[in-house]
Amino acid sequence: MSLSNQLKNQHLMWRAGFGPAVEQLPDLTEYTPKQFYKALVKASDKKPDYIDVADDYLKGLVMGIEEAGRQQKKELPQEDRKKIQQKNREGIRNLNMYWMHEMVNSATQLREKMAFFWHGHFACRNLNVFYQQGLLDVIRRNALGNFGTLLKEVSRSAAMLNFLNNQQNRKDHPNENFAREVMELFTMGRGNYTEHDIKEAARAFTGWGANLKGEFIFRRFQHDFGSKTILGRTGNFDGGEVLDILLEQKQTANYITQKIYKFFVNDKPDADKINWLADRVYRNNYEISKLLEDIFTSDWFYDERNIGALIKSPVELLVGIQRMLPMKLENEEALMLLQRILGQLLFYPPNVAGWPGGKTWIDSSSLMMRLRIPMMINDADEMNVRPKDDDDAMMGRTDDGMMNESKKQGSKQNAKEYAGMRRQQINADVDWKLYVKHFESVPREKLGEAISKNLLQVKSRLSMDVIKQYADQTGRENFIKTATMQIMSTPEYQLC
Amino acid sequence: MYLRRKEFIQIGSLATASMMVPKFLKAFEGGVMVPPGNKAVVILQLSGGNDGLNTVIPVRNDLYYKARPKLGIERAKALSLTDDAGLHPALTGFKEIYDEGGLAILNNVGYPNPDRSHFRSMDIWHTASQATEYWTTGWVGRYLDAQCNGCDKPTQAIELDDVLSLSLKGENIKGIAVKDPRRLYGTANEKFFRDVMKNHTDQKGEQPVDYLYKTMAETLSSADYIFKQSRMHPTNATYPNTGLGNSLKTIASLIYSDINTKVYYVSVGSFDTHIAQEGQQQRLFTELNDSVKAFVKDLKVNGRFNDVLLFTFSEFGRRVAQNASNGTDHGTANNMLFISGGLKQKGLINEMPNLADLDEGDLKFKIDFKNAYATVLKKWLNADDKAILMKQYEYLNFI
Repeated sequence: MSLSNQLKNQHLMWRAGFGPAVEQLPDLTEYTPKQFYKALVKASDKKPDYIDVADDYLKGLVMGIEEAGRQQKKELPQEDRKKIQQKNREGIRNLNMYWMHEMVNSATQLREKMAFFWHGHFACRNLNVFYQQGLLDVIRRNALGNFGTLLKEVSRSAAMLNFLNNQQNRKDHPNENFAREVMELFTMGRGNYTEHDIKEAARAFTGWGANLKGEFIFRRFQHDFGSKTILGRTGNFDGGEVLDILLEQKQTANYITQKIYKFFVNDKPDADKINWLADRVYRNNYEISKLLEDIFTSDWFYDERNIGALIKSPVELLVGIQRMLPMKLENEEALMLLQRILGQLLFYPPNVAGWPGGKTWIDSSSLMMRLRIPMMINDADEMNVRPKDDDDAMMGRTDDGMMNESKKQGSKQNAKEYAGMRRQQINADVDWKLYVKHFESVPREKLGEAISKNLLQVKSRLSMDVIKQYADQTGRENFIKTATMQIMSTPEYQLC
Repeated sequence: MYLRRKEFIQIGSLATASMMVPKFLKAFEGGVMVPPGNKAVVILQLSGGNDGLNTVIPVRNDLYYKARPKLGIERAKALSLTDDAGLHPALTGFKEIYDEGGLAILNNVGYPNPDRSHFRSMDIWHTASQATEYWTTGWVGRYLDAQCNGCDKPTQAIELDDVLSLSLKGENIKGIAVKDPRRLYGTANEKFFRDVMKNHTDQKGEQPVDYLYKTMAETLSSADYIFKQSRMHPTNATYPNTGLGNSLKTIASLIYSDINTKVYYVSVGSFDTHIAQEGQQQRLFTELNDSVKAFVKDLKVNGRFNDVLLFTFSEFGRRVAQNASNGTDHGTANNMLFISGGLKQKGLINEMPNLADLDEGDLKFKIDFKNAYATVLKKWLNADDKAILMKQYEYLNFI
């Protein structure tokens, strides 16, 4: 049985983007997936703007430190240091919200989705907002460009050099962390090089560092200019040449392609497809857009077994809901809190290996939380769950009021203290107009099915009787709204 | 009692086909000892990096007082354990447990190439990987994978929290996070979830959606199970009304029930005392002390102290020298405290930290924490530690 264009286009939108937007609902049946993909590519053509969230106070302070540093080595007073930490934390929060907003609202879905992949691939925890926004810019600019260029720019970013301790990698005292992760996680993957290769590569990266402004600097006196042998090649290599050697390895193309396949197509790898793609990646000199075109315009991408086969990551879930149901959030912190509770807070990956994804997203508490989100948006449920503390981010503080109190009438008595945390509502204002309008010509008895077809990528074995039983039957519009919320509260909706 | 069980089986059978509660324990009337083998572990995570040197204090070491002119705790104020060691003054209950032979202190615990990031170091403690490896499953989770093949419920390991730690996530089986059994997943939409579940039928070949339904079914049936168990023999002992106090009270009630739980997991923090450490540690230790003291007393009254092993850990210790803000920064090796009526070694079971032999101002570890894990897995839980830790670590002798 051939699958409908609607299903295929929705599949494409979930994988090459963050799900179909309500504005696209009429287009889903109108065009072929090839036409749809072409439009996606075109929309992502233009260079993204630099996202700058650091405020003037912080910029001033950093300049001040530089000035002080030039004059004499003097430590900053503790009060300023505290203030800097706090401003950085706020800055990274703003960066998170800004980027998520782009994922929801921007037409450049393909670019943001690919950047989201790289954000997990080049995973970096760094509490300096300048460094973080610099790295995000590198990733967004090069998301659809050349992998070699991206790798080189990431490797020269202040965020990564600091995170992987390359500031401590000196000729007389090498630190192998950076070289190790570049080989293990960014290019070739474990088991394809020796410990000796790592030691030698680390020598080549000595002297690579960054200044306070986040600019790359090469510290000549810390660099080891001697001869190194890496993966069978010998020479007086520097860091850039090591990266070139890594790109020359076919294994790098294999590793990257496999990871991209598992992220965008199916987490059960298909060796034949991956080999075919990796050969082309290597021959095309690591052009990312060509790889994506190979994937998204192939027939096999639209095979039934690839559709609905992935578990949405928390960010994909949260962004996807907002694309279908445009909403104003009075309480934006809720998005941060949900990212934390569900285990994917942007800019805070668990470690340099990124988020493992797949089934690891799901445990008893995270699944139940996911299923409750639509009801929270509807203010029929409250957020009464407390995320774990992140000591790296909080520097010993306890969580300060993450969320505003509910402003709804009569909520006073509902705002009970629960384990030191107030129960709160998200206070979302959903704009239903466009969504409801889309279903205006659907006969009442077919409504449930039509809604479910738009929202679900797996054949629902959910009985429509259950949905009907729980949906509000008092009017057409109410039925559409409540049935939508109920369908979004099912296990099926967790998949794409 | 019988009715309750029957009711549970009915609810549970919605979830999966085979449905018998593994009967590890029979119902015991208060005070009766359970047969050997029915042992439980309570893991107490001190989040944020607890300062081990101000927990077990080297009261006769000049280097300690020199490195900590303000933060060092005077010998006279410390609770004396031996000539060389004293406990933090807030840990009076621990001192009593020590005097009664229920406390073992393992010093200098850590791992090679220590990481000073909270998250990363906690990751290493949770997964029991080497510092150079990134694993995605936790050691308690892999214990579930190994022990629980065919178990129908993830209640063998329970975390008293809203969010599940990596520690308890196995490849195939994950523990369950429950902060308050009364409140579990009782959401406005619970009835809807149950109806959705009832109407789901598995199809041939496991689809991803079946995994989600399976998790959902296990969660809802476990929620009922844990709630009912927690009310079977609720403890009537008095606990401090704090987060940890309430959690340990729940754990005690579950230990007295016939639930199949082997591992309980609970966290307290934040011990990340960069600034003004004294007050913060005092406050946290008071909560810790009062809760653990009540828990141990409760277990003793009910004759279960020998069956329960509680131990503490933290992602790292702190630097030997205090910083300029009357706090301490991230360090390396630390101590672990073990509490049980069934200890083979008691008191200080190895030497105090050597403050004359530091690595750039940090303690050098002598014992890999994975040796402690292996010991608990093998000797307490009777599990295949080598399969779970993916390496054979030598056992210690405290149990």
